[in-house]
Amino acid sequence: MNIAVRCENLTKIYDTGDQKVIALNSVNLEIRLGELMMLVGPSGCGKTTLISVIAGILDQDSGVCELFGENLLTMKSKDKLRFRASQIGFVFQAFNLLPSLNAAENVSVPLIINGENRHVAKRQAIEVLERVGLGDRWKSLPAQLSGGQQQRVAIARALIHNPRLIVCDEPTSALDHASGHNVMNLLKEVAVHKDRALVIVSHDARIFNFADRIAEMDDGHIVKIS
Amino acid sequence: MLMGDTGKYIGIVIGLTFASLIMTQQPAIFTGFIARSYSFITDLGLPDIWVMDTKVQFIDDVKPLQDTELYRVRGISGVEWAMPLYKGMLKARMTDGTFQTCNVIGLDDTTLIGAPPIMLEGKVADLRRSDSVIVDFDGANEKLAKPPLIAGGKKIPLKVGDNLELNDRRAIVVGIAKVTRTFQSQPVVYTTYSRAISFAPRERKLLSFVLVKAKKGQDLHELAQRIRANTGLAAYTRQEFMDLTFWYLMKNTGIPINFGVSVLLGFLVGAAIAGQTFYNFTLDNIRQFGVLKAMGASNGVLLRMILLQALVAGSIGYGMGVGLTALFGFAMRHSILAFKFPWQLLVFSGAGVSLICMFAALISIIKVMRLEPAIVFKS
Repeated sequence: MNIAVRCENLTKIYDTGDQKVIALNSVNLEIRLGELMMLVGPSGCGKTTLISVIAGILDQDSGVCELFGENLLTMKSKDKLRFRASQIGFVFQAFNLLPSLNAAENVSVPLIINGENRHVAKRQAIEVLERVGLGDRWKSLPAQLSGGQQQRVAIARALIHNPRLIVCDEPTSALDHASGHNVMNLLKEVAVHKDRALVIVSHDARIFNFADRIAEMDDGHIVKIS
Repeated sequence: MLMGDTGKYIGIVIGLTFASLIMTQQPAIFTGFIARSYSFITDLGLPDIWVMDTKVQFIDDVKPLQDTELYRVRGISGVEWAMPLYKGMLKARMTDGTFQTCNVIGLDDTTLIGAPPIMLEGKVADLRRSDSVIVDFDGANEKLAKPPLIAGGKKIPLKVGDNLELNDRRAIVVGIAKVTRTFQSQPVVYTTYSRAISFAPRERKLLSFVLVKAKKGQDLHELAQRIRANTGLAAYTRQEFMDLTFWYLMKNTGIPINFGVSVLLGFLVGAAIAGQTFYNFTLDNIRQFGVLKAMGASNGVLLRMILLQALVAGSIGYGMGVGLTALFGFAMRHSILAFKFPWQLLVFSGAGVSLICMFAALISIIKVMRLEPAIVFKS
């Protein structure tokens, strides 16, 4: 089976009191292993909601979302946490590194959450930082790194526990053109793997050419997959 | 995580330090005061039982007995010895004409039982010399000190060989003793029983207390009971008399309330500062907590993280507060200020700081527990 994510008739409605906002309206999507799928579309079209449901951090109201054949909605919360900790890596728009930890410590967090020994985790973190070109900056605090470097650390953090799905939320929108390009090259180079799927939410048209497939969303629907 | 924000971290630690300081320093002064209230009983270590009028409520509340009561007590079985003790407030006339009220203690003429435990100058036996008195060190250096030779100069401490005038009677200082300060910090003047009653104004009854030593193996409570039954007087063991004095002060003075309010304020202000700063820190880092939740960290892990940070901040604040209190006590060791720092106060303030930390952590924990990890994707 080479399907990493399968969404069927996904619906999510936010009740804001006065009105109901349909964020996802019967979304159907399949993401294959080994591919880099980009979710694009205007603000408020439901990209972030879809990626949150796919990553198992938000429950849909109806429909099915399966990750590697597992339905997260029916999982017990403890199992879901374990599944997320071991199978999913995250890259965020604002990097979201812990400010008081150095680069290696930040990268080692997913391993520690998965129960790995602190020293082993740190050693592995330094190795992954070397892969993303920051081997000599492992002691640096996030504040001592540039935006591009911080995003590299975040990518290393998403990769360290060898997850089968990496979700990236606007990974280049906080970076200049050159840094964004470098980050995408890095993601393509180190994150794309035949046993892993990569989903990137973006409306940065400059990086669309890195995608294997692009799903365009509008008004809670997927309007086109190309 | 918390240590990454130096400003907030220092804020929390200062809040906890302040709370810890107030919760140790104020009770230490209170404990010092209370200890002074019965210091005369603890300084007079030898007697097992104190016999007095039934209406006596605390150590300074002297209701004199007839001298014959001494012989009645001596006649009770189980009594090894019984000695008279005079305790009264008499006025000493200073060389500059001013008066100072002194706590005059009259000891049994023969045995001098009840004499001060530590003599800095002279000997207790010198009390057998005519008109002799022993003055306590603090009294000799402060309230009984002679006026300076030049205006604005330092007072001249009372020395061995100096004269005092007690109730128009001459008294010669033959020794300086170290005793615990009294509750009212008045000078303590020791002399013999017969001389003390000659200093005192004429009254029908002058015997303040009968000090009793029990025979070896005698149960003290039984003996006290026997003395009460046979004489109709009050008889307390040393501990009972200390407790009587302690509870009188607790019930009849505003001291515990005043100190209690200070301690409560310290607790509340510390809790408010630490709680609010800790909560602000949590709000500032809510996204980071969301990231950890999204990455699979359980609520239990986050709870432990918050508690550990509260514990570290609490331990540092507690240590600094207690350290400052100890420094305060050390700096004030020669001053008039009462200060006593028993280990129970460490436990008390430790419990207080722990409560504050738990409160500070709890409001943050509730916020983090309810946090939806999907917050991480919101810009």
